[in-house]
Amino acid sequence: MSVITDRRTVANDRNPLPVSLKQARLPRWTPPVLALVAAGAGCGIGLAAGLDSTVQWGLIAVLLFIAGTFVLSAAVEGGRQAKDRLATSLVWVAFLLAVVPLASLLWETVARGSKVLDGYFLSHSMGTLPDAMPGGGIYHAIIGTLEQVGLATLIAAPVGLLTAIYLVEYGRGRLARAVTFFVDVMTGIPSIVAGLFVLSVWILILGFGPSGFAGSMALAILMMPVVVRSTEEMLKLVPNELREASLALGVPKWRTILKVVLPTSIGGITTGVMLAIARITGETAPVLLLVWGAKTINNNPFEDAQQSLPLYVFQQWQQGSEASYDRAWAAALVLIAFVMILNLVARGIARWKAPKHAGR
Amino acid sequence: MAKRIDVSGLSAYYGGHKAIDDISMTIEPRTVTAFIGPSGCGKSTFLRTLNRMHEVTPGGRVEGKVLLDDENLYGTGVDPVAVRRTVGMVFQRPNPFPTMSIFDNVAAGLRLNGSYKKSELKDIVEKSLKGANLWNEVKDRLNKPGSGLSGGQQQRLCIARAIAVEPQVLLMDEPCSALDPISTLAIEDLIGELKERFTIVIVTHNMQQAARVSDRTAFFNLAAVGQPGKLIEIDETERIFSNPSVQATEDYISGRFG
Repeated sequence: MSVITDRRTVANDRNPLPVSLKQARLPRWTPPVLALVAAGAGCGIGLAAGLDSTVQWGLIAVLLFIAGTFVLSAAVEGGRQAKDRLATSLVWVAFLLAVVPLASLLWETVARGSKVLDGYFLSHSMGTLPDAMPGGGIYHAIIGTLEQVGLATLIAAPVGLLTAIYLVEYGRGRLARAVTFFVDVMTGIPSIVAGLFVLSVWILILGFGPSGFAGSMALAILMMPVVVRSTEEMLKLVPNELREASLALGVPKWRTILKVVLPTSIGGITTGVMLAIARITGETAPVLLLVWGAKTINNNPFEDAQQSLPLYVFQQWQQGSEASYDRAWAAALVLIAFVMILNLVARGIARWKAPKHAGR
Repeated sequence: MAKRIDVSGLSAYYGGHKAIDDISMTIEPRTVTAFIGPSGCGKSTFLRTLNRMHEVTPGGRVEGKVLLDDENLYGTGVDPVAVRRTVGMVFQRPNPFPTMSIFDNVAAGLRLNGSYKKSELKDIVEKSLKGANLWNEVKDRLNKPGSGLSGGQQQRLCIARAIAVEPQVLLMDEPCSALDPISTLAIEDLIGELKERFTIVIVTHNMQQAARVSDRTAFFNLAAVGQPGKLIEIDETERIFSNPSVQATEDYISGRFG
């Protein structure tokens, strides 16, 4: 038997036991009020000193807030609480730093994009409209994006899913390690490289023309590792006990995977696939190389150039006229909405399919 | 429908590590045999070799013979899936399938193995749940998820699931260690009823339980940590607990172990 050492804090001269268990506490409303005061002071100092950048005002306010809480808390509550408050305010500041750009991006896109976004814009293509003229729409780009992303998902989702099942359920030894390694490498492939790869094989060597399908192949290359990774994580979360329970009932391994493992993790797997779709929807570079972009509606993804939403945004921005700027913002808004809807659907499915624990 | 198990010269390995060494024993049909012994002595590993679940663990490997009546489970051409249909298993922690209802959990073994008519399934599910003494508690909520039951009910659900496929032998790996005394009592009563139909092998850390439920008891021990576990003796439960033939057994049972 080893000697058990008592690691609890022992009262001594340096660390006396508190006389009372009660302690002075700042009231609950202190941090928000302090934040308001700091914001006001930041603006005041900024105005008085004649700083023109509002970022500087914000920084002053943030520093005042952090220092203010720390000092006030140290005076009233003591050192340990002050450190706690310091950490809390740092976390809040970090959170705000992350949220401010996101909110401003959304605001900007909605404000500028809603100018020309209407039914006409969604249901018409650019046709022969000159770029500097107002009017036109993104119907051809929506069709292109849906077809290219759909085809890419049809290729990448089954391959990714099966790869992940192999890695988690069957993979042992060298082959599995090699697959894992290459999936990791693929995760890091820049989208332009995937585009160039398909360009050289499909268009330059095999001699096919640009098409939505060529773009889909590059998008599938980008999507596959994401699907493999997320599915792998989800399958690993399925407790081994469930697999053993099924095997012990005399169920073959493949049926165990199909009927027990996959249903248990289907919510997470769907979320992963949806997020992978959202990721490739915004890819521009491979589409630029392989689909080329078009001004008219092309419903056939296997022949001739097509348009896609991110490429449309890029091309309209390049035109540089007032009207094309408006169209670029509106298309960007549609793209963001599309990705957001995908995310919401993914969350909905995850919640709906999650294993149910309640229901007593 | 119960079968005799005849083990001879069985050793099991995890990769290079030998977990149990050269075990031989006979288990008679329609009896309850309890395995007792300190942690790590290979009771569970041995149990898992009896329905070829040991090899599911990566690196798991077995040498020796396990005869079920006269058929060697480890003979050439034996399908482990068929073995597991004949020798069912109940695990330490209740593990109902979380995506399935109570009904589907019991029907799982049948459904996943072949096609049955709805009415056939209903009969088998009812029979199995009655066999596991759970029918009266769940008959009004067969469509609710199995994970909503209490721990003891979940474990009886797992037993119902295991007996629904009509195995010949039922292996139980510490089936009561996660349960409270009342649920434990329910399961022990159930074991007494099930032994009319099945050959039952149970691993337990609870010696009173072994004394209460089993006809024969096997004591396993290991020489030192890292050494393979060995079968010390197997005998009538009464003899093991009153007058064992090996000193180590008596030491373990009377708490003078180690």
